[in-house]
Amino acid sequence: MSDKTIYAIYDDDYVLLESAKHLVEKGVHIRDVFSPFPIHGLDPVIGLPRTRIAIAAFIYGMIGVSLALTGMWFFMIHDWPMNIGGKPNFSLFDNIPTFVPVTFEFGVLCAAHGMAITFMLRNWTLPGMKAKNPYPRSTDDRFVMEIHTHDNEVSEDEITSLINQTHVLEIDVKHS
Amino acid sequence: MHREASIREPLVLGNPTYSDITRDVLHTIENKPTKGWKILMTIASIIAVWGVGCILYLLGVGVGTWGLNKTVGWAWDITNFVWWVGIGHAGTLISAVLLLFRQKWRMAINRPAEAMTIFAVFMAGLFPMIHMGRIWMAYWVLPIPNQFGSLWVNFNSPLLWDVFAISTYLSVSLVFWYIGLIPDFATIRDRATRPVQKLMYSLLSFGWSGNAKAWQRFEEVSLVLAGLATPLVFSVHSIVSMDFATSVIPGWHTTIFPPYFVAGAVFSGFAMVQTIMIIVRKVMRLEQYVTIKHIEYMNLVIIVTGSIVGVAYLTELFISYYSGVEYESYAFINRFSGPYWWSYWAMMTCNVVSPHLFWVKKWRTNLTFTFIMSIVVNIGMWFERFVIIVTSIHRDYVPSSWSMFHPTWVDIGIFIGTLGIFSVFYLLFLKYFPVLAFNEVKTILKSSGQQYKNMTDEEFHKLHPVKK
Repeated sequence: MSDKTIYAIYDDDYVLLESAKHLVEKGVHIRDVFSPFPIHGLDPVIGLPRTRIAIAAFIYGMIGVSLALTGMWFFMIHDWPMNIGGKPNFSLFDNIPTFVPVTFEFGVLCAAHGMAITFMLRNWTLPGMKAKNPYPRSTDDRFVMEIHTHDNEVSEDEITSLINQTHVLEIDVKHS
Repeated sequence: MHREASIREPLVLGNPTYSDITRDVLHTIENKPTKGWKILMTIASIIAVWGVGCILYLLGVGVGTWGLNKTVGWAWDITNFVWWVGIGHAGTLISAVLLLFRQKWRMAINRPAEAMTIFAVFMAGLFPMIHMGRIWMAYWVLPIPNQFGSLWVNFNSPLLWDVFAISTYLSVSLVFWYIGLIPDFATIRDRATRPVQKLMYSLLSFGWSGNAKAWQRFEEVSLVLAGLATPLVFSVHSIVSMDFATSVIPGWHTTIFPPYFVAGAVFSGFAMVQTIMIIVRKVMRLEQYVTIKHIEYMNLVIIVTGSIVGVAYLTELFISYYSGVEYESYAFINRFSGPYWWSYWAMMTCNVVSPHLFWVKKWRTNLTFTFIMSIVVNIGMWFERFVIIVTSIHRDYVPSSWSMFHPTWVDIGIFIGTLGIFSVFYLLFLKYFPVLAFNEVKTILKSSGQQYKNMTDEEFHKLHPVKK
């Protein structure tokens, strides 16, 4: 079965959101939406599960904290203990108060950078990548819905007529 | 639709459409640089080159060319360091703390404030490095395996905590700033007509397409980064204050330092944002987006943080008397009546008295007044650091070693030079980067835009019909 991509172009985020609700109600599956800014409330409508990137950040942070503590234990307690200003350096536990700042900073460093890298990789946005938005104006003031006939049981004509019921600016059908 | 109370003043004036917002912000990028920009850039470059020259001279000749002596081992260098770090605090505070509190007025000022943060932290980081004298050994502050008997850096020292704090702060702020810039770069890329411009912004935008999942992740990343950056902001200046507070110098050895330094940093950071934004909004014609209300909000933050700083100064003074420690008392008597009395009273006037003029609504909504005040606060905060550093150490325990600090032309040259280098970076940012986070401004248009504010639901639906 050949797949056709239907692009429905809107000029307003609110209109797109309400139209998306209307289409989904009628059983149309919306593959993706391209917009110049995040449209709040759209994710549950088009069935996007919540991102788990925050969990990843937490794990990176914990890795950072453990690395920092292990490192400082090795440098200050194990490898070359020194008595500096009478501060205890016999065990990690005694020395922990002075290790708090660096542990915290390193935890934040790992969490923030780990999350940023994950964000780039999952979005596949890296230097030299080609943009995939179908219309250049979708990063300015156009809001584009992408519907694949392949995803839907409803026929192409029916989808187009459903879209036409909403206040759409333009419908564009592409064969792929 | 999320609607706001109509008594709140609008944050976007006039009746712009989404593409008007894009055009209004990007006109400076898409057109040739103006004459004014070129003139400013030339002046800034000359000062920057002079600053670089002074730094090279210092590195060639040694720290002895500064006015430091045996008693006063830290002076303008560390003053400038703390001053620049302080200025670097407003950006992340605006973008992180105000994001967590869902303050919509942050949208118009977060980008320029973050840029200011990053460039200010660059300048700050420079000072401890050149203070080392042999800057090519600066990597010794990192715990790198070595052959000096496996000698490690001292993790008990606040100076080392500072290395971690400042570098984490700089790199996390940079990432936060850049992630926010990506969608805006994508807009410039898609509008670009000249091939070189298109190529440059394609590279910078990392192929951002703005699909729903990417935006979902974007929002989550912004939120979590804000959650991480908020304690980071507070920790960084706390740690800077511990450089002083954990020593046993009277005048430095105080537990009040961390909150006092953080408040002071926010105070000076907002003042610098005012200095920059009042000029930028006028020159780049962004009055519609950076309104008087934004300026007023920042002035309110200045009142609050200025008051905290004032309370801290007075507490410090009272405790030095109440502690009964002679050395501690003397440090403070010397501050306000010793040879450096003028710097203490300059600090008190600029930081404690002047912010309270903002209680008058007419004054805090006046641009000229705010601009002058922002300069006054910047000067006051520079003096605060000078007072803390130099007046605490120039008369130490042994009267025979009491001395004064006299800055040399290299001290002055490097400070002026960093202002020039900062300006060069900032002017480049203003010309080639989207100055406002305009795609974020679009998200508040419907809730805080002037034409939407007093619209009834019927009027709104008439304007935005969903069904044909």
